[in-house]
Amino acid sequence: MTERELSKVAATRRGVHDRLAALDPGRPPTYDPRKTLRLRVEFARQIKRRRTQVAFGLLIVLPLIIAIAFQIGGAADSNAPQLVGLATSGGFNFALFTEFASVGFLLVVVVALFCGDTVASEASWASLRYLLAQPVPRSRLLRQKLAVAGTLCVAANVVLPVWAFIVGGLFFGWSPARSPIGGSFGSGASTLRLLIVVVFICGQLFIVAALAFLLSVSVDNPLGAVGGAVMLVVVSSILDQITALDPYRHYLPTHYNYAWVDTLSSPIRYDDMIRGTGLALVYGAIFLGIAFLRFDRKDITS
Amino acid sequence: MTLAALRERLRSRSIRLVLVAVLVLVAAGIAIGVSTSSPSVSTRSQFIPGTPEGTTKVQLDTTLYLPETTPAPAVLLSQGFGGDKSDLATEARTFAEHGYVVLAYSARGFGASGGLIHFASPNYEVRDAKLLVSYLASLKQVKRTGGAPQIAAAGASYGGGLSLLLAGSDPRIKAVSADITWNDLSHAFFPNAVGSAPGVFKKLWVGQLFGNAFGPEASVTCGRFAPDVCAAYQASASTGEPTAAMRALMKQASPATVIDKIKAPTQLTQGEQDSLFPLGEADANARGIAAHGTPVSVVWRPGGHDSPALGGTEAINAAVTWFGKVFGGQVALKQPFTFAEADGVVSAATGDASQQTLQAAGYPGIAGTKRDTREVAVSGRPQRLGSPAGGAPAAITSIPGLGGISNRFDQALMVLPSVSGQTAFFQSARLSKSLAIAGQSTVRLTITSSTGRDVTLFAGLHDLSPDGTSELPSQIIAPLKLTGMRPGVPRTVTVRLPSIVRNVLSGHRLVVSVSTTDFAYQVPQDARSYTVALASEPAGSAGSTQVTVPTTSGTAVSAGHPIAWLLVGLGVCLLIGGGVGFVIVHRRRVLRSDPDLVDVPVSIESLVKEYAGGYRAVDSVSFRVERGQVVGLLGPNGAGKTTALRVLVGLITPTSGTVHVFGEPVVPGAPVLARLGAFIEGPGFLPHLSGRENLRLFWAATGRPDDEAEFATALDIAGLGPSVDRRVKTYSHGMKQRLGIAQAMLGLPEVLVLDEPTNGLDPPQIAEMREVLQQYALTGRTVVVSSHLLAEVEQTCTHVVVMHKGKLVAAGSVMEIAGSDGVQLSVPDPAAAAKVLAAAGIGSQLVPARRALEDVFLDLIGGDE
Repeated sequence: MTERELSKVAATRRGVHDRLAALDPGRPPTYDPRKTLRLRVEFARQIKRRRTQVAFGLLIVLPLIIAIAFQIGGAADSNAPQLVGLATSGGFNFALFTEFASVGFLLVVVVALFCGDTVASEASWASLRYLLAQPVPRSRLLRQKLAVAGTLCVAANVVLPVWAFIVGGLFFGWSPARSPIGGSFGSGASTLRLLIVVVFICGQLFIVAALAFLLSVSVDNPLGAVGGAVMLVVVSSILDQITALDPYRHYLPTHYNYAWVDTLSSPIRYDDMIRGTGLALVYGAIFLGIAFLRFDRKDITS
Repeated sequence: MTLAALRERLRSRSIRLVLVAVLVLVAAGIAIGVSTSSPSVSTRSQFIPGTPEGTTKVQLDTTLYLPETTPAPAVLLSQGFGGDKSDLATEARTFAEHGYVVLAYSARGFGASGGLIHFASPNYEVRDAKLLVSYLASLKQVKRTGGAPQIAAAGASYGGGLSLLLAGSDPRIKAVSADITWNDLSHAFFPNAVGSAPGVFKKLWVGQLFGNAFGPEASVTCGRFAPDVCAAYQASASTGEPTAAMRALMKQASPATVIDKIKAPTQLTQGEQDSLFPLGEADANARGIAAHGTPVSVVWRPGGHDSPALGGTEAINAAVTWFGKVFGGQVALKQPFTFAEADGVVSAATGDASQQTLQAAGYPGIAGTKRDTREVAVSGRPQRLGSPAGGAPAAITSIPGLGGISNRFDQALMVLPSVSGQTAFFQSARLSKSLAIAGQSTVRLTITSSTGRDVTLFAGLHDLSPDGTSELPSQIIAPLKLTGMRPGVPRTVTVRLPSIVRNVLSGHRLVVSVSTTDFAYQVPQDARSYTVALASEPAGSAGSTQVTVPTTSGTAVSAGHPIAWLLVGLGVCLLIGGGVGFVIVHRRRVLRSDPDLVDVPVSIESLVKEYAGGYRAVDSVSFRVERGQVVGLLGPNGAGKTTALRVLVGLITPTSGTVHVFGEPVVPGAPVLARLGAFIEGPGFLPHLSGRENLRLFWAATGRPDDEAEFATALDIAGLGPSVDRRVKTYSHGMKQRLGIAQAMLGLPEVLVLDEPTNGLDPPQIAEMREVLQQYALTGRTVVVSSHLLAEVEQTCTHVVVMHKGKLVAAGSVMEIAGSDGVQLSVPDPAAAAKVLAAAGIGSQLVPARRALEDVFLDLIGGDE
């Protein structure tokens, strides 16, 4: 390539130099920290990412796969847990079963992905330092990122049961929820229960979200943040299986993950769900508090 | 992966964080596991003489369990019917681990013990137990209080019955725990839901029970049974009516006869899935013992004879707690009542229905005037039923010995029993609110026999859900037998329905069923025909009557108030939120702006950045950058240039020293940084977006209006052509570099900070860039550019700051720095000039021209480059 061709590629047109030459001395910018990194902007940054699209794609495909599996393989045999056995009885039960199947791992991974990746991936792309030098105030950056990641998490938590309800309804009919302890609820009561389930699970996953977010601001490697959060959840779930750890295991972050099945009692038993929510608030507040404190002072070397 | 790579990876912060967290969790788990490991228990097996059979000596096979510390209270542990002392090992060990001396033994006629089975006879089994109590009383390991040995009696089923009989005849027993046992054998073997006369023979269960002791090879002989017991049983079982001898045997083997003598505080645990000894047996025991002012605790636990796999642990734990209370001296007359609700909740672990434990303030009894009750109206026409000859086909409700299968029998047959013409149903309307049944409901029925003088029927209370499935709670039905009937003459009776615990949900119906047959009971062998109707009460309300249902509102047993958890959660949130906010705001208050520096784009004062381990990346660096200058930050790799620039844009907090931009101190997020544009240590873009989208989003993130951005200028400087709409991940290094510089110039900032901008650019592009920067400075703006290339700085910059090993070595205009070491003289013929100079007495040497700054630079940083 000749020098002449090279400079064409470089393509800095003469006009730029003229334009620069004609510039006034700069005027102070109209900067307002409260307008930096608005939610709309952060959404645009995140929504177009392949990982966001793949995660939601998975959540859309999963109920279809389960429904087709039930359709081909027939209903669960009588030895299966009753929540599984009831899965094909209608949209509501199918949605509940899908939640039961996903809350232990799939939703954990999705939430850890959205919250663990959000700051760490910026660090790994080196775009974090440019955002901070604009400057986006640090706690504002965390707040906006948390708001967007949190919204994506809630969206995932709403999309899964609602879509599972629709898929279950199309495959198995629209009958109201039936409980493993016998009896069924009306459509209104079923909807209310499903709503409580979604809200409670969102609360429980707040722990995962906060932990992933803490790791995300602590490390420069998205895999470390997401993987670390998932790994701690898995370890906590394993420890929770050891009944010898009573009563200490009641304070494990995953202990109340399935307390939402109490919505299938009549009347709904709120005790464990209240405990789980309280525990989630404590863990979440601690993790997020550390995240904000650390990031506020952190030397950005990525 | 090589070891070095592995070590490198382990050093990474994320992995370390996770490893530490996992280690902490696992260590905590192990620590807790170790600290709760069981205390040691020693055992001693021996034979102890029992009551002789006539003149034959009888030895009882016993095992003594000694706890870690003695003396301790003792527990005499008796077995269930058909077993021996080895079945008691787990239970005995649990007691011993909780600090009790335990004597477990095989009852006479069982296991390795000698003698014959007299079925809980006061002259044999009970006397044996007294001998064992005497043995325990002689042991020095058994604790004494006020001279009296502290001895308790415990057991399940047969062992429970023996314990009660023992407590009723031996005052040395200070506490009793009797699990799933009987009050009156004639009620248990010949139950009758109307009146108190012996009723229908429970042939399947009783046969199973006695069969246990006949032994496999001797099922037609009497095995180890005492001949009188054997003969009485065989005579009664063949007719389905108790003989006089059988009645006498059952009477002497019933705690009901000695219950008024029991002074020891007693706990009665009874299984809810138990058609052999239903809840009514424990209720009779509880009422009998409490009538004389003895404290009684009643627990309805899951499981029972129909479901032996369930509830054992609950029973043992309840017994341990009870003995702890009694020997601890804190046993009040009024004891809380604990009961299990099978299928009360959905298990969080499995998604199956599972039982929950509920607690009420006091034991209310299974029925009676003190109970809270609800009346539920049921209706239905009088129904004519046939009882087939030979009693077959028969309805099947539960099958003894099949354990879990019979417990779940309804799952296979989730419809109301349907042998046609044999069952009458009386349904309620749909319940408007749920009904928590705990105990024995009653209903009044009018029964007419059109054939015989006696009537045998089976009543049940079903839960019918709206989808048509029905459940018979606990699989228990109540047999009833009426005698002295005249054909065609109706009789109205109050039927005691089975005692159950069941939460019937709203929208469900209660159904009273009345059947003529049941597989588990002896029914008349001749064909019968009955009419069953609801008693028309109150008068005139034909075809409808009230079922009186005992209700109990227990509260779920669980630790503490859940609301406290939520309050603590909210409190911690507020506390941490407030604390973090306060700390962050407080940290900001240190630095002041400097009005003298308002016109100075960059002023760095004694800047120090020390990393962990004492390494000083920047050490006491001070310099100023004035408007219109192009300042080159020059130094070899590792000189601290990038660290200084990172401090300048607020990415790194300095250890000491200050940085002011236009007089404002630089801290992370300082608003004055908006007047800076930065390109530091390479570009940073979102790889999944195009170059144009990246610039647009970057600018959008500043929150400043688009007309300040000067996108066209920036894109021209990047010079990417059509590639600007390709995704950044497809760009070459040079393209990213140019886009990064363009990004720094968005909004044409007053100070442009560029770190190594020419990396990856080719020579024409470098020349372009040089011109752009000089033009930029000519507008009165300021450029700070770092480089390790001398020529680059010399050609681009007006001023230079030289750094080496974190220290500032020199600062000034390129002219000053380069010209600070003597002057240069240029001549066409250096060799001749040197001769002339030498002749004139002036020493000279030849130096190559135009290398001034490089010389200076090399001088400044010393000889180590």
